[in-house]
Order: sequence, then structure tokens, then C-alpha cells
Amino acid sequence: MSRLSLRTYTLLQTVTSVSLSAMAWAVTGVRPIWSGSQPSERQRIYFANHTSHGDFILLSACLSETERAKTHAIAAAEYWGKSRLRRFIAEDMLSSVLISRHWTSEEEHPISIMLSVLDQGHSLIIFPEGTRNMGDERLLPFRSGLYNLSMARPDVELIPCWIENMSRVLPKGQFLPVPLLCRVVFGAPVAVAPGEDRRAFLDRAHDELLALDPRPERDD
Amino acid sequence: MRHDISILIIGLFVVLSTASIVAAILSARAPKPLSATLVNLTQRINAWWVMVALMTVAFFFGRYGMTILFALISFAALREFVTLTDNRRTDHWVLLGMFGIIIPFQYWLVWTAWYGLFVIFIPVYCFLLMPAITALHGDTERFLERISAQQWAVMISVYCVSHVPALLTLDVPGFEGRNLLLIAFLIIVVQGSDVLQYIFGKLFGKHRFSPTVSPSKTWEGLIGGLAASSLLGALLSFITPFSPLQASAVAFIACTMGFLGGLVASAIKRDQGVKDWGHLIEGHGGMMDRTDSLVFAAPIFFHIVRYFWTV
Repeated sequence: MSRLSLRTYTLLQTVTSVSLSAMAWAVTGVRPIWSGSQPSERQRIYFANHTSHGDFILLSACLSETERAKTHAIAAAEYWGKSRLRRFIAEDMLSSVLISRHWTSEEEHPISIMLSVLDQGHSLIIFPEGTRNMGDERLLPFRSGLYNLSMARPDVELIPCWIENMSRVLPKGQFLPVPLLCRVVFGAPVAVAPGEDRRAFLDRAHDELLALDPRPERDD
Repeated sequence: MRHDISILIIGLFVVLSTASIVAAILSARAPKPLSATLVNLTQRINAWWVMVALMTVAFFFGRYGMTILFALISFAALREFVTLTDNRRTDHWVLLGMFGIIIPFQYWLVWTAWYGLFVIFIPVYCFLLMPAITALHGDTERFLERISAQQWAVMISVYCVSHVPALLTLDVPGFEGRNLLLIAFLIIVVQGSDVLQYIFGKLFGKHRFSPTVSPSKTWEGLIGGLAASSLLGALLSFITPFSPLQASAVAFIACTMGFLGGLVASAIKRDQGVKDWGHLIEGHGGMMDRTDSLVFAAPIFFHIVRYFWTV
């Protein structure tokens, strides 16, 4: 558990985050659209659609420097923990938090890892689809993590974030990005309604995220 | 030359300062909260300051500055164009080539003044090779639509834009070393014509020019704007190799092309269902929203100067 004691940014993380945000802007001209929520110091869980490895870079490029320093993307240990280099990039440079799909001990349980980040006052970026969406569906059904987190920490705001165009910037299997304009639309906070069951809430959060897509007819 | 440039920069400074002061007075007198038009006016004037500042900096770096500045403008314009059009995953390599090969190569041709290849590289080689690459990928869905959009994208945002710095490669007898002023003339006249058409349209506009394409364009705005910018061209003849009469004729042609460029850009935006090309410049939309008229005017202006004024 030692790797989960979160500090403020190291120098390496600050340099990485500033240069990645500048790069995201140079390639995609990324601009946040606040539609239903505002930038804030509040503790939040940003949940977004997931189509490429660049998604969370784009999202965090839309946050202020201080917000970025205490916001961590949740990434799959199966991919990012595979080699020492990947783990170094994910944890030491991008300050992401790795979770495993095939956890064995209670300590490795994804929800308890995420809760321990929240309990240190930090915010999260999660992709509730659970994996990168490579198909024709615009948004896959959500996994339950979002519901479990919200039930466990009801004070933390859940902000839906629609990341536009990233699937075109970096399509499946490509490593060179095409410069296209991207926007990130931040919607109104979503909360579990009293008595709302797991599936109903997840479907509602799913639809609210989908509704943020400014140009729904164009996704390909 | 130094003399010309100083007059020019002071002139622009006076015009923009006047605009800023007028906007400030209007905003101070207007009821709060300010109307969208006034906010937009102030944003536009501020963006003009930035654009003039950028051009001035590029001006002092001469050919280097201009070539790099317009290569970056091509990059921003192409990015907006490609974002707007509907491409498929199989187009990835063609799109990468547009940014990674076509832009650098076309501006290298400008830099080395290789005229013969500069004029045919995109309309001949890219025109034929881009659809060939798309066909080799084997994806025929909406084939003609996709390749047309890609070719239009590079023609408009790379080929046409590159004719502005290409003005620096022309040898006009008796005008050696002053070619930067041709760029200044073209930009001031064409962008000035946009503003003048807007002002004349707001003041006297009654009859719509083309209601289906661009409801804001009127006959009164067009005629008033073109007449005023031809006059502006004549006034600026001291920075050109043209006589006052020639300068007004050249300005008239360039501004007419500029008007048509704006019209075509509006038609494309309408077809794609958007109001602006992008979100690059506060109050102005994207790069293409600012350069659509320049894009159509530049190649024609270039060839008029080349045909009539070079040996």
C-alpha cells in the first residue's frame, strides 16, 4: 500500500503535466466547455467516455494547475503495470493510480484503492466503461464502480465529461495523433437519488454523459 | 522602406486605437449588462490587436518570420477543416500526411522559391496520390465524398494560404527588397474590406445578397465595402509597385475574390451545420473564419502581380 500515499506533485510530475497539457493544446487546441458545472476546488470524480490513451491527458489539460496536482486518473494495472517502464510512466510521471481487474486480496480491491485516494482529499478521473471503446457504439454500458463510489462517499461530486473527437485523433491501433480540434464538455453533477437502484443509476449517468456530446450525429 | 513601414504601422496603430476608444465609449454609455454585439465588437478589436502585433513581429523577421507564420496559419486552418469534415478511421495515414508532409513540403517550396513545383505540387501530385492511398486502403464507403473533402482541405488551407508568403519570391523590377509590403497591402485591403462590408451592411443594408447562404451579407454592404476598399487600395499605392489607379483595380479584384471566399466558406459551414470553423480566437471563431477571404484573394493577387509586374 505504500505506493498509495499520495503527495503533492514531484518535480517530475509537474514538468510532465505542464508539458503534456501544452502538447495536448498544440495538437488538439483543447478547450473546456463548462455546461452545467464550473471549475471548482471541490473534491470530484470526473467520469468520461474512453476511446484512447490520450483521454485523461486531454481532460486534465482542461483543469487548473492546482486541480491537476490533486486529480488522479484510474488506469488498468493489466496494461500499465506490465513492465517497469510502463509503471514508471503511469505512476511516477502521470501520477495515475493503477487498479487490477483480477484482484486477489482485499487490499487490491479497486473500490478500496479508489476510496483511499478520495480519503486523502484528492479527486479522481475514471472511465466507467471499464475499457477503451473500440466499437461502433458511442458509449458502452457502465460498470458498477461509479455507483459504489457514490454510495460510499456521497459528498464527492460526480461530474460527467464528454471528450470529443479523441477517437479520430488517435484511432485504434495508431500511435501518431492527427491534429484535430477537441473539446471536453463538463456537465451538471450526477448523484444517486434516494432509493435508486444500481442499474437505474448507472443507466441514468450513462445517458447524461451521452447527452453532452455536442455533435451526436458525427461520431464514427 | 523603413519610412513606408513606419507610416504603415503608425496608421494601423491609429486606426485600431480609434476603434478601441470608440468601443470603450460605446460600452461605457450602453446599459448594463452589455449587449452581445458590443461584447463581440470589443473581443474582435482585441483580437485585431493581437493579429497586428503578430504580423508586425513576423514582419521584422522578414522571410523567415512570414514563412513560419503562414505555415502555422495553414496548420490551424487545416486542423479546423479536417475536424469539420467526416472522415473514417482508414483515412488516418492520409490525414497524417496532410499535416506531416504536405504543409512542410509546400512551405519549403515557398522558402526555396521553387515556383515550378510550388504551383503543381498540391493540384497535381497530391490530387492524384491522396485518393490513390485511400483506394489502396480498400475502404470505398463514401469514397468520393471523403477524397473531395480532403483535397478541398489542402487546396484551401495549404495551397491558397501559401501564396501569401510566396509573394516574397517575386522579382518586381524597381521594387527589390520591399516585397513584404505586398503582403501588407494584400492583408490590409482584404481584411479591411471585410470590416468595411460589415460596417456598410450595418448602416445601409436592406437587400440580402444571398439569403440561403449568408443572411448577413447585403448588396449595400458589398457595393459600399468594395468601393471603399478600392479607395483604400489607391491610398496605399505608395507602398506598392502600382500606380494609384492600378492599386485600386488590384484591390477591387482581390476584395471581390475575398467576398466570394467568404461566401463559399459560409456555404461549407452551412452544409456542415456549424456557425464557426473553430474556437481558436476569442470573438472571431476559428482561424478559417478570419482567413476565408484572404484564402481566395491570395492566389489571384499573386498571379496578377506575377503576370503584369515581374519580368
